[in-house]
Amino acid sequence: MPAVSKGDGMRGLAVFISDIRNCKSKEAEIKRINKELANIRSKFKGDKALDGYSKKKYVCKLLFIFLLGHDIDFGHMEAVNLLSSNRYTEKQIGYLFISVLVNSNSELIRLINNGIKNDLASRNPTFMNLALHCIANVGSREMAEAFTADIPKILVAGDTMDSVKQSAALCLLRLNRTSPDLVPMGEWTSRVVHLLNDQHLGVVTAATSLITTLAQKNPEEFKTSVSLAVSRLSRIVTSASTDLQDYTYYFVPAPWLSVKLLRLLQCYPPPEEGAVRGRLTECLETILNKAQEPPKSKKVQHSNAKNAVLFEAISLIIHHDSEPNLLVRACNQLGQFLQHRETNLRYLALESMCTLASSEFSHEAVKTHIETVINALKTERDVSVRQRAVDLLYAMCDRSNAQQIVAEMLNYLETADYSIREEIVLKVAILAEKYAVDYTWYVDTILNLIRIAGDYVSEEVWYRVIQIVINRDDVQGYSAKTVFEALQAPACHENLVKVGGYILGEFGNLIAGDPRSSPLIQFNLLHSKFHLCSVPTRALLLSTYIKFVNLFPEIKATIQDVLRSDSQLRNADVELQQRAVEYLRLSCIASTDILATVLEEMPPFPERESSILTKLKKKKGPGKVPDMEETKKERNSDMNGSTEPVSVNSSAVTMSTPSTSTDLLGLGLAPVLNSVAPASAGGSLLVDVFSDNSPAVASLAHTAEENFSSPRIGSADVVSDDPAAAVHDADELVNKFVCKNNGVLFENQLMQIGLKSEFRQNLGRMYIFYGNKTSTQFLSFSTAVICQDALKTQLNIQTKQVDPAVDGGAQVQQILNIECVSDFMEAPILNIQFRYGGALQNMSVKLPVTLNKFFQPTEMTSQDFFQRWKQLSIPQQEVQKIFKAKHPMDTEVTKAKIIGFGVALLDMVDPNPSNFTGAGVIHTKNIQVGCLLRLEPNTQAQMYRLTLRTSRETVSQRLCELLSEQF
Amino acid sequence: MIGGLFIYNHKGEVLISRVYRDDIGRNAVDAFRVNVIHARQQVRSPVTNIARTSFFHVKRSNIWLAAVTKQNVNAAMVFEFLYKMCDVMTAYFGKISEENIKNNFVLIYELLDEILDFGYPQNSETGALKTFITQQGIKSQTKEEQSQITSQVTGQIGWRREGIKYRRNELFLDVLESVNLLMSPQGQVLSAHVSGRVVMKSYLSGMPECKFGMNDKIVIDKQGKGTADETSKSGKQSIAIDDCTFHQCVRLSKFDSERSISFIPPDGEYELMRYRTTKDIILPFRVIPLVREVGRTKLEVKVVIKSNFKPSLLAQKIEVRIPTPLNTSGVQVICMKGKAKYKASENAIVWKIKRMAGMKESQISAEIELLPTNDKKKWARPPISMNFEVPFAPSGLKVRYLKVFEPKLNYSDHDVIKWVRYIGRSGIYETRC
Repeated sequence: MPAVSKGDGMRGLAVFISDIRNCKSKEAEIKRINKELANIRSKFKGDKALDGYSKKKYVCKLLFIFLLGHDIDFGHMEAVNLLSSNRYTEKQIGYLFISVLVNSNSELIRLINNGIKNDLASRNPTFMNLALHCIANVGSREMAEAFTADIPKILVAGDTMDSVKQSAALCLLRLNRTSPDLVPMGEWTSRVVHLLNDQHLGVVTAATSLITTLAQKNPEEFKTSVSLAVSRLSRIVTSASTDLQDYTYYFVPAPWLSVKLLRLLQCYPPPEEGAVRGRLTECLETILNKAQEPPKSKKVQHSNAKNAVLFEAISLIIHHDSEPNLLVRACNQLGQFLQHRETNLRYLALESMCTLASSEFSHEAVKTHIETVINALKTERDVSVRQRAVDLLYAMCDRSNAQQIVAEMLNYLETADYSIREEIVLKVAILAEKYAVDYTWYVDTILNLIRIAGDYVSEEVWYRVIQIVINRDDVQGYSAKTVFEALQAPACHENLVKVGGYILGEFGNLIAGDPRSSPLIQFNLLHSKFHLCSVPTRALLLSTYIKFVNLFPEIKATIQDVLRSDSQLRNADVELQQRAVEYLRLSCIASTDILATVLEEMPPFPERESSILTKLKKKKGPGKVPDMEETKKERNSDMNGSTEPVSVNSSAVTMSTPSTSTDLLGLGLAPVLNSVAPASAGGSLLVDVFSDNSPAVASLAHTAEENFSSPRIGSADVVSDDPAAAVHDADELVNKFVCKNNGVLFENQLMQIGLKSEFRQNLGRMYIFYGNKTSTQFLSFSTAVICQDALKTQLNIQTKQVDPAVDGGAQVQQILNIECVSDFMEAPILNIQFRYGGALQNMSVKLPVTLNKFFQPTEMTSQDFFQRWKQLSIPQQEVQKIFKAKHPMDTEVTKAKIIGFGVALLDMVDPNPSNFTGAGVIHTKNIQVGCLLRLEPNTQAQMYRLTLRTSRETVSQRLCELLSEQF
Repeated sequence: MIGGLFIYNHKGEVLISRVYRDDIGRNAVDAFRVNVIHARQQVRSPVTNIARTSFFHVKRSNIWLAAVTKQNVNAAMVFEFLYKMCDVMTAYFGKISEENIKNNFVLIYELLDEILDFGYPQNSETGALKTFITQQGIKSQTKEEQSQITSQVTGQIGWRREGIKYRRNELFLDVLESVNLLMSPQGQVLSAHVSGRVVMKSYLSGMPECKFGMNDKIVIDKQGKGTADETSKSGKQSIAIDDCTFHQCVRLSKFDSERSISFIPPDGEYELMRYRTTKDIILPFRVIPLVREVGRTKLEVKVVIKSNFKPSLLAQKIEVRIPTPLNTSGVQVICMKGKAKYKASENAIVWKIKRMAGMKESQISAEIELLPTNDKKKWARPPISMNFEVPFAPSGLKVRYLKVFEPKLNYSDHDVIKWVRYIGRSGIYETRC
């Protein structure tokens, strides 16, 4: 860029600025600015023939005034005029003003765009650069619309100067960021890739940034960039530090470009071509080698640049995760950094190692640094570094070192920063559970955890302990004993009291034999903590007491006394009062048998993913927890089967919604619990443990909880929630619709449900019409489509909610969008609920969505038909059924039915003209199933023989079932 | 209870900092600077609360005076003190400016020690202060003089010492009024009031007792009941005073019971009373504006002023300020009398007339050229304001008498030479256009 010549300095501007700087007060400054503005206004207004120099000067002054924070409402026109000047400085000021002060004023934008267009078309590189910079600085949508077509051309044109290319690449990058939808893809993309080979390193750097961004958008188009990037990288890496002249930064050759190239390579999997791959490996090795060389300079910039390249290389190695040799070397390199003087380096090393630990090749190598990491945990000054150390310990933990790591973490917990304590607690809990060699160790660890950092132990952690203790008989006795001992401490955390209360309530009998922990002592111990606890804990303790009544009849009187006391029976808290009253009555009235049944030991919990893990994931946000579950699954031993993580798909493990489960609870319990405690939502402490929505599991959860607090509920009480049970005998209804798409689906004295549907390939749309046959309004009208079990994954059905009120005599319409994912057997169920005259009406109808709806007819010749028929000759592929005709045997009707079924009716194919043949393809999202059918009527016997051949056994079965019902 | 007092220059640098109470920390100085002086938006409220600390400030030219407290004090008291402080400083070294404050900082600290004690305001009477805080260095005082100061400062009449002697007993009385007006373009008075001060300068011997009388409506009416003659003489001349405040020397009990203003005056200059009236105000000038917009790029303004007082009187220092739009690019002015000029830095046309007799009129016309702008914001049309000085009291206040009695010394009321002067100035005198 040409420098501003000395004689071009604007004296007027300099004077003005120094005047402003010398102003004594704000008022004086405003006065001076007002004066100047008036002057500029008169100049712009007065003599039209203002020369370029003064125009530039005044625009500059306006710009300065604007930057001081005053409003500028004129001068835009003059700035735009400057764009057409031929002098660099004038043009530059014009562009500067526009970049700073542009607003979406339509007429001006047009003029500005025109000016920019002219400059882009000019052959002058400096002007082109100015225009490109202006576009990039403004980056508005209008500009993007106007220029996204031109810039790529400039970028790839052969005769463009290097500096312009550089600007064009960056400008395009900027536009891609602000309005990505506008940047067109086209043949220029392949030529952009070749910019990686450009002579000029500046162009390469700019292009690499652009390509990286674009490659993230559509990787396929830029696939070729991989080999070019690799060769470029290898040239840089192997060049002597002096070769690149301007681009050598403190003896490191082109560090920025190297980092960018390495980033670009991280968009793609390891290159498949052997040569490229070899070259890349060589490059990475060279980078790793260079890290070992003694530094060429003592300056911090040198080491920073070198390390930046190194770290980027390491993250590429981790990303590829394919070269064990490189991974191990990277790990060793990071190991060196762990003890480096620089805090930043230590932080980065810990962070990178965390990801390295999840790779199976380098996991062992990472483990060798355990001592250093533990040391870092203890001695680091910076809390964020300590946090990384904790992460790394968590990531590198496996069976061999779990005991040590957990012990260290527990140790550290006592002095840890408050901000990371909760996370450490979760991590310790998970590690202890996952790598527990024997569960006595696990119980000890968790109790220790509660003792050390009780406040940070969340509900999930102690729920989990209880789940595990209940599911494993071998630790029950031990844990009861340990808990009992822990509770003897004069001050113990409330969470410990909760765990203690629960476990002693269940398994107190296991240690009752010891005179030191006789029932009365156990009870007194728990009751001594009672008054120090919060309401939910007290509620739990009351449940423990009633369990004691069952376990130890000898202290029944004592417990009854406690329950009878005013502080319980007249407690201000409703929950506690209710529990006290009901437990007292229960203990008085019920016989020992009933008590034993009601207060039976808890059933084992169903297996599921640890809710702690879910919590940790939530805390860290997606992607932050290394997915070591997957990589280490094989290392988990059988004894840990109960807690093996099932999947890492976080959407599948959303916490249960309490509303649905409590609803279910109320529904299932209402008849039984009139006299006994209905566990309110607040009291159902353990419900939250379960992270699943399915009604069956939720009801189980409730039985579990209810078990504890109140009489056991038979599973029969809950069964009524199964939607399938209530479905109308609708199979005939469905059959009616196998061969047609429209009609009345359901009718009773209240309402009529009509149906209209259309299907194309694997998609379908169904219009359902609900007609109110009465004269009164239906209130809270709602419908739901239920896909049961496997059907959920086979069919996607989207519905729109209908209006909750349906007037008398009116009809409402609902649209269902159906997508067939794979072949299916069952039909979805439509569940309708509404209130008619105060009574809640509930009805379920099977929706006639059957597999044959997704047929696409195929015409073929006789020869083709039989050739394919023969191809499908495996026994499983054919299904044959001989059945009696239900309807009169009419050729035309039969033909219509076969066409309605969805297949193409093939005339003149079968040698016997009375036989029917058909062909079609069933479209599902996943697969397409070709299908051939043959129907042979026997008029004398009034019988049919139906033969179906498809490429899938299940499809043949289902189609045969459906079609045979039609004749 | 003022916790501390700070004086800043316009940049926010601390010139004077005096902390009286422990609850005010050093950081209070910075808090005020950051939150008020350097505030992004101009702080308009004179009271600012920052972190449970109240800052009361007044501004004199470029100087900020701020009083700080953490307690719930009487804000009026604090402001009265700040104004008094300004008066005292002016009396000692003239105009309050950065230069003067820097030159007299020792004196200011001395004064602050005297007039505020542990945050409680003390005697702030300039006359009294000058007896023991001097700028000339300390004269060695005799024991009598010292005890005199003590007895005066602690005695009943703290504002005057005994034993003052003058060869010529003289008394100057100024009635200074400022008249405020807001008028609609059609000439309707939207609001008007006069705030006035009676300022005296007395050079009297001994401890004289003075009595001041003016044409206060209540007094006149009361007397009018007694003698019918006087009512006819001065009937219409009486004025209704809305509210008034007095110098501490005035005996308020007497004012309450008899509505008579009697006092023992301080020596030298002081403000005897302050008052405000809102009824029957004589408006010295009438402004008649005429603004016409000719297209988007031109504006024609014509302003006529009419003087509305006795033709024998002369108004002085007349200045009319006609605001111009923000996109003014050029102005042509024609005026018959005085000088008019477009001041771009203030966005206004300023028209100055040296003097003008009563019952006259004069006019100015201007053509304003405008630059078309992008934003369609309409010009707000600020009011036309005016400044002037007239030699009468626009409220109609008249001094009826000022009697001096000094029974102990041998001079009587007739021997005192008395001067009375009326000056009416413009306050905020605006006419919308």
